Amino acid sequence: MNFLQQLRLGFRSLLLHKLRSALAVLGILIGVTAVIWLVALGEGVSYQAQQQIKNLGATSIIVRSIKPTEESNSESGSRSGIAYGLLRDDYDRILANVPTITKAMPMREINREVRNGEFAIDATLVGCTPEYFDINRLGIERGRPLSAADMEYLDNVAVLAYEVAERLFPIEDPVGRAVQIGDEFYVVIGVAEQRTASAAIGGSLAARQYDKDVYIPLSTFRARIGDRVITVRGGTFQNETVELNQITAVVDDMKAVDSSADIIRDLLRRYHKLLDYAVVVPKELLEQAETLRTMFNVLLLLIAGISLLVGGIGIMNIMLATVTERTREIGIRRALGATKGEIVQQFLWETVVLSGTGGLLGVAFGFLCGPTVALVRRTISELFPEVWSSLPPNIRDLEPLLAPWSIAAAFGISVGVGIIFGIYPARRAANMDPIEALRHE
Amino acid sequence: MSSVATENRPETSRDVVASVRNVTKVYRLGGEDVKALAGVSIDFHQGDFVAIMGSSGSGKSTLLNLLGCLDRPTTGQYFLGGNDVATLDDESLSRVRGRYLGFVFQSYNLIQQLSVVENIAVPLAYQRPTNPDGPELCLRLAKLVGLSGRLGHRPNQLSGGQQQRVAIARALVNNPHVILADEPTGNLDTATSLEIMDLLDALNNAGRTIVMVTHEPDIAARAKTVISLRDGKIESITHNG
Repeated sequence: MNFLQQLRLGFRSLLLHKLRSALAVLGILIGVTAVIWLVALGEGVSYQAQQQIKNLGATSIIVRSIKPTEESNSESGSRSGIAYGLLRDDYDRILANVPTITKAMPMREINREVRNGEFAIDATLVGCTPEYFDINRLGIERGRPLSAADMEYLDNVAVLAYEVAERLFPIEDPVGRAVQIGDEFYVVIGVAEQRTASAAIGGSLAARQYDKDVYIPLSTFRARIGDRVITVRGGTFQNETVELNQITAVVDDMKAVDSSADIIRDLLRRYHKLLDYAVVVPKELLEQAETLRTMFNVLLLLIAGISLLVGGIGIMNIMLATVTERTREIGIRRALGATKGEIVQQFLWETVVLSGTGGLLGVAFGFLCGPTVALVRRTISELFPEVWSSLPPNIRDLEPLLAPWSIAAAFGISVGVGIIFGIYPARRAANMDPIEALRHE
Repeated sequence: MSSVATENRPETSRDVVASVRNVTKVYRLGGEDVKALAGVSIDFHQGDFVAIMGSSGSGKSTLLNLLGCLDRPTTGQYFLGGNDVATLDDESLSRVRGRYLGFVFQSYNLIQQLSVVENIAVPLAYQRPTNPDGPELCLRLAKLVGLSGRLGHRPNQLSGGQQQRVAIARALVNNPHVILADEPTGNLDTATSLEIMDLLDALNNAGRTIVMVTHEPDIAARAKTVISLRDGKIESITHNG
């Protein structure tokens, strides 16, 4: 019998018991689909993380202010409030002492309501230098970015992030108009491009929604708002003094990143009694993310492998039942000249047809991963908007990435499972005594 | 196939197609040896129509299994197609069955999920090399046994007599040296039995060698030679007029 005849015979035998065969196929189908979906989701998550880290820049070192924990700060209840974080002196010290740094950017941020008449949005007010847009690879859609002159003259100018511009100026062009922040008015000089939100990375960088930023010159920030911020939370006043929230330093060479980061750590340790800062190196994060991704994929493959194993056992079960039922047929074929090898082949073909069909259907369902995620996203965001908005941004923006290797692997494994779990039933069929098999009722 | 085997072949007659020489078969049942065949020698000639008779336990089924290469004798020789097949391994025995033998069973033993013409073709799947005229041959044989109008039918859509006709066509498709029939009319009524015997007669007249096991004397009477077995030995050989 040639290949096609074997395949046809396999299909026909399986069609005799449609439900039973369909259930066996389902076992493999679920396994294969699980492999492809899990890997696609995992790849999506890690791609997202890597993009975020890459956006931070592989040659940059980020130093952030961190509010010290309550125990380490005994004056927390005092009227003077707490002062913590990076100082303008730190910025100067870093620039002066680390020769590998080509540019450094100080930054201050605070949550403020921004208004345009009746339109208002709770935005993040970011005081920064003109380098911000360059270092963060943030493009300008309309108007211009902040300039050195803006810094020098303490101008009341602002660049709006995408969503802020949309919300405050639904119809007109915001460039040239004014927005109100507290008691002050700022002239809008530009609108930034849209940028996806980032998730928290490695515990040291909080999740960030860039589209709700308003950028003003750092010098203006200091003059108009100052270092001390008083907020009312739970009925009590909280009084915090922070000079800088973040310093982003960029070094000239990837190789210099680690040593420069060490110098910065040493420098800060000398001048800070409390650990009120964190040094984040995106390059290290990238390497961590890479390791994490590999571990994640191995774990997913393990889970998917278990489900394929279960599917394989289902197939073996069905083939054993088939072999018992078809004892007579096996006897007939043996009497009419079939060798043991040919009987093994016949039954192996049947299991391969079963698992191969499951594999192919599984791959087909695997391709539905993207549309399914999109559908689920749309359904949840329309039916349960509160639940949706409470989800972290990296889940909301998750795009599964089909990995070609996972499709090939899943299909290959499914056929392999068919062969491995088909061998025992097939051998059992072939090893029957033809005389006994012919007598079987 | 091998010249050594051909030299060893007994020089009885030029047209001997199968020959058993002093075969015994001993089964072990519950620690005791049971002698199912106690030294049987028969030559089957081209065009023979032999009926093997005997009460149950006489060894006729054992003999048929040995003749059908489904089992190997404990001692003795069995020459088929120029070889002593008594010593062949399982794979070679399968090839010998597929090449030299045709089987007709009491309960037809058709494969239920296959159609008439596909059932006839089953032995062709195991022929080496494959017969290029297979499909045409199957149609011709279906016509020969009078079933050309039912090629696509399944066995369960046919009467017992029709099923046995399919089985006979299947037994012919590999152009065997010997057709082995095990109680071919055992499941059939008298009229249908006669039809099947007529068909076997016709095949025999056309030169086919047929060895048939039966316990019905009137069916055995249709054969040219009747061999009676008793306690694993040949009791008598009768040649019918």
